[in-house]
Parts: sequence; structure tokens; C-alpha cells
Amino acid sequence: MLLFIVSVITFSIFYIVPRIAGGTPETLATRYVGRSATAETVHLTAQKLGFYDPMTVQYGNWAKGIVVGSTFDYGAGIETCPAPCLGYSFITKQPVWPDLLDRAPVTFSLAIGASILWLVAGVSTGVLSALRRGTIFDRGAMGVALAGVSLPIFFTGLVSLAFFSYNLGWTAPGGQFVPFTENPAEWAYSLLLPWITLSFLFSAQYARLTRAGMLETMHEDYIRTARAKGLRERNVVIQHGLRAALTPIVTIFGLDVGLLLGGAILTEKTFSLNGLGKYAIDGITSQDMPKIMGVTLLAAFFIVIANLIVDLLYAVVDPRVRTQ
Amino acid sequence: MSTKVEPIVDEPKALPAGPFLQVTDLRVHFPTDDGVVKSVDGLSFTVERGQTLGIVGESGSGKSVTSLSIMGLHAPGNAQISGQVVLNGDSLIGASPEHIRKLRGKSMAMIFQDPLSAMHPYYTVGHQIIEAYRIHNHVSKQVARKHAIDMLDRVGIPQPNQRVDDYPHQFSGGMRQRAMIAMALSCDPDLLIADEPTTALDVTVQAQILDLIRDLQQEFNSAVIIITHDLGVVAELADDILVMYAGRCVEYASAHEIFTEPRHPYTWGLLGSMPRLDRERTERLKPIPGAPPSLINVPKGCPFHPRCAYAELNAGASETQLPELVEISRRHFLACHLSVQDRQRIWDNDIKPSL
Repeated sequence: MLLFIVSVITFSIFYIVPRIAGGTPETLATRYVGRSATAETVHLTAQKLGFYDPMTVQYGNWAKGIVVGSTFDYGAGIETCPAPCLGYSFITKQPVWPDLLDRAPVTFSLAIGASILWLVAGVSTGVLSALRRGTIFDRGAMGVALAGVSLPIFFTGLVSLAFFSYNLGWTAPGGQFVPFTENPAEWAYSLLLPWITLSFLFSAQYARLTRAGMLETMHEDYIRTARAKGLRERNVVIQHGLRAALTPIVTIFGLDVGLLLGGAILTEKTFSLNGLGKYAIDGITSQDMPKIMGVTLLAAFFIVIANLIVDLLYAVVDPRVRTQ
Repeated sequence: MSTKVEPIVDEPKALPAGPFLQVTDLRVHFPTDDGVVKSVDGLSFTVERGQTLGIVGESGSGKSVTSLSIMGLHAPGNAQISGQVVLNGDSLIGASPEHIRKLRGKSMAMIFQDPLSAMHPYYTVGHQIIEAYRIHNHVSKQVARKHAIDMLDRVGIPQPNQRVDDYPHQFSGGMRQRAMIAMALSCDPDLLIADEPTTALDVTVQAQILDLIRDLQQEFNSAVIIITHDLGVVAELADDILVMYAGRCVEYASAHEIFTEPRHPYTWGLLGSMPRLDRERTERLKPIPGAPPSLINVPKGCPFHPRCAYAELNAGASETQLPELVEISRRHFLACHLSVQDRQRIWDNDIKPSL
């Protein structure tokens, strides 16, 4: 259901909004055949691509393509786009889906590695900060966190690339990606710097969140109860304090990972990684609508799925949410 | 107790034949930006095994702070604690936090006011009792679970082997407090501190919980401290009653004496504000005028004088001198400036007839 809504919205953005903004079927068709084409060719193409049909029919055809695939006959030739047809780029003469499949491992590797890193770093920093509230460690960590939240990726990324890769030679220069299945060690090496850079941004955010959550839960009555039982302070903090403070973090974490799976645009661009985000940028710069649409739909799909998982997870984490 | 650390040197006079729990001149001060909050200021009492002490006072009189400092639950560095707390010959103030931690739950346990917020919402009731039991007893989870079910059964929870896997939010208020008691008693503590154990409960449930505490006390022969603002709660339960005002003891005597021959105007006020079903309903309850003082800025002289109807009978002593706690008759301690004659006259003429 949610996915249907998402697809309608995506469709609307790319098909209906341009029309409202003054676009005609002809201007849309121009994007498929190029500006040099004659008016007649454009008209023919628009007709063949169904731009004159009612929007509902267009949506039906487009949605059908996702499920069963479709063929595009745009005058200059017939192109087939097998299912799932998220679009067909008339510029590169390629269906979008195989491209996405190609790029996805890069983005997935980036997102998963970075998310583990920031979860561990962010949460542990947050906990330590909360327990040592007001100390030099707390102030230092929160200062770094503030910097982490404020500094954009393309700044931290480029600086660390210049420093660690080119000056010190510790990490791989940008643009490399070795699939995990080929060589796990090389895979990790090639992604180390992007992981750190991306997770720096998120760790900062998570550290602040965790700190705030821990400061709150450590004042709860059940923490006092846990201490009154004679529980070791470490267990009080981890099993009782962190357990409760982690619940909202789980929610945000799921959504953040979902968001990243659809492409980490800035990180991929900064480190020249050929992931989904970079694919979207390429699509945008070359005005290749089907590419942008494909990435958008895929990203939306991940967010919807992440939402679903978070909701399910919430019931696991918080017994009060479970239905009776 | 097998886990003894080196004993802190006690003043010999602090241990007269060793009562089970002896608190001597306990002071708990919290330095804040606005000044020092003297939550407890020179409090002394004793509790024997099998005996119950009721600590009574209004909100903010230092009752809960007292119990938390016995348990060693104040954040270090936050509170300045002085005086002596000796539990079974073991001095607690100044002992290492690790030593106190090992005593907590095992030698002394606590029941809190609001069982919903005092139990962790994400763990089952059983898990929390099992956890408490396994901290001090090296047993397998199965054994501990069996013990938890036994404890739930003992505090009167029906179908304990099913309810053990329920979460606190699935229990009713009274059941939760029973579970809390089961958790506190799981390690058979020698000292049980109940901090307003019935305040969050229905009146009908209150009596059940109090009965339960009494029954279990007899069964375990533990010393019990009940902290409450409600004299009715301790009326039947307590052997001794200590009335606190502004962090200090104003009257301390056997429960019988407190109810039949109270001597402090504040105790009179507490008794007068207590609804009585065994008396004819003649007029409205008499509240004590005013509000408890701020503990940063305690009134000079007797802290109760601004609210005391008889403060002007003492020729200015009420406003300038802090009354000392003196033993006016055997085991009856009182901190009041009123002369014996005045006090007897007021009691006979004004107070006794209207209580």
C-alpha cells in the first residue's frame, strides 16, 4: 500500500509536475530524442511514448512496466526494457534496473560499514559522555560532535582524503571499489575512509542523542531500583540504562540506514564511488529522467522497507508496544 | 556476611550492646548554587530485628533522603553525608561503595513508592526478580526462576508461574507493589526499607500490602523501616514512630505513646489532620497551617515555629533557639520549647478532646 503511494508520488513528480509547470508532451519527448530532432519526430515520439494519453493510463503503463517489463517504441527504434522496468535511459540506451543492480553493492557496502561504525562509536561516546557529564571528556566529545554535525561531508571527506590518502598513504585514494566477494580485505581497505567520513557525521548525531537519552534514563526510578538490588554499576548502566535509552536510537538508526541505501550522494561524489547516489547525480546533470526516477523509486522503496522493519523492531524492543 | 572489608573504627559509645540498625547523628547535606540543602540534620534512631520503625513527616522533611543514605544510593560527590549508620555491627558511612553494593539487596532491601516507575518497563517481572536473586546467589537461571515463582506466590500473586513472564505494565498497581516486595525480599534481607509503599495504591489495596509487609516481616524476622506521610499507615504496623520535620527529629517514641500521649505540636497537627473512622464525624479535619520550610532556608530557632500555634508561649525561645531532642520520659524523645506545664495544659484542654 505504502509502496503504491510512493510510486504514485514519484510518478507525479516526473510526469505530472512538468506538465503543470508548462511542459507539453512535445517538450517531454524532446528529452528522449534530443534537441536537434524535427518537430515531426518529436510529435511522433511523444505519441508513441504515450505522452498524449490520460495520466492514469500513463501511470498504468509505467507501473505495469515495473512488474512485467515493457518496450519503448520511440520512432528511431524499439527498445526493450525487461522487468522490473524502472525506466529506460534513452541517452545511454540502457534500461535503468541493471545499472542500479550494478551500483547497489557500492552503496550497500558504504551504508552498512558506515552504519555499524557510527552506531558503535556514537552510542559508546554518548554513554561515556553521559556518565562523565561535565568532565573534560564530555566537553571534548560534545565539541567534536558539534563539529561533526556541522561540517559537511565534502569538507571532511576532501580534507581526510588529502591528509590520509595522499600525504600519509594510509588509506586508499578515492574512486576505488573492490567487491566484497572478490577480496574482503581490499574491499574494507577501499572503503575505510568513506566509512569513517560518513560515520563521523552520523556518530556525532548519535553521540548527542545517546547522551541526552542516557542522562534522562539514568535518573529514572528503575535505575535506582537496579542499584538498590546491589547490581554492579556497569550492569546498571548497560542492562538498565542503555537498554531503555537505545529504543529511540533504534528507530532513527533504521530510518538512517534506509535513507543511505538509496544513495549517499555527497559521500559517493566526494570519494568518486560509483554508487546509487552518484548515479542519481549523473542522471541529474545529463537530465536523464528515467535514471533519476529509477533511483528515486528505489530509494523510496528502501525507506518504506526500513520504516516497516523499524516498526516491527519497536515491538521487539519495547514490550509495551506489543499488542495484547 | 562473608564479604567483610576492614572495619571502620567505631566510636565505642556508638555501639551500646549493638542494636541491629543504629543511626547516629546522620546528616545529609546537598551543596547547591543557592546554598546548602540540609535534607537530614542530625538524625538518630535504632531498629531491632523483627521491629518496625515508622518515619513520619510531610513531603520534603528528609524521610526519603534518610532511607537512600542508609542504602548508600546517593550519588557520590553530590551529597555530603556524615554521622554513623551501623548495620549489624557493620559501619556503612565511609565504607567502600563496592562493600555497600554487596550489602544492598542482600542485607538491606528497599521498596519504592511508585512500583510502575520503579520497575524496568522492558523486562519481565520474573526477569527482574531473577536478576535480584542471582546478584547475591550463584545459582542457575532455572533455580532462580523457581525461586522467583515461589516469591510471587508468597506475596499473593495468583498463577505465579504464568505471571512471572508478564511485564510490569501488565500488572495492576497492587500486583506491581507485591512484585516489588517479592523482588526486595528475594534475598531474604535483614533490613527492609519501605518508602511510602502504599502511596500510589488504592485504599483497599493499601491495607493488603501493609498486612503483607507485616506477615513477611514476621516470617523473615527482619527489621523494617516504613517511611510515610500518613500516620494511619504506621498506626498498626510500627513499634516505634519517629516524627521528622525539616530534616530533624521532633518526636520519637513508641507507636503507642505517639498515639496516646503525643507531646509535640507538630505531632498533634499530624494526628488532627488524620481522618478517623472510629470517631464521630463532628467537624472538618484540621490541617496544619502553612507549608514545610525550604531546606535551604530553615527558619531560625525551632523550624516549626512559623506554623506552631503555641510558639509565643516560650518567651522568644522558639524564634532564636533550636530545641534539643531530650528524653522526656523513658524512650520518649521530644524537641520542643514548651514547658511541661504548658504542654500538659494544652494537651488536656485543647488537643486531647478534639482528637
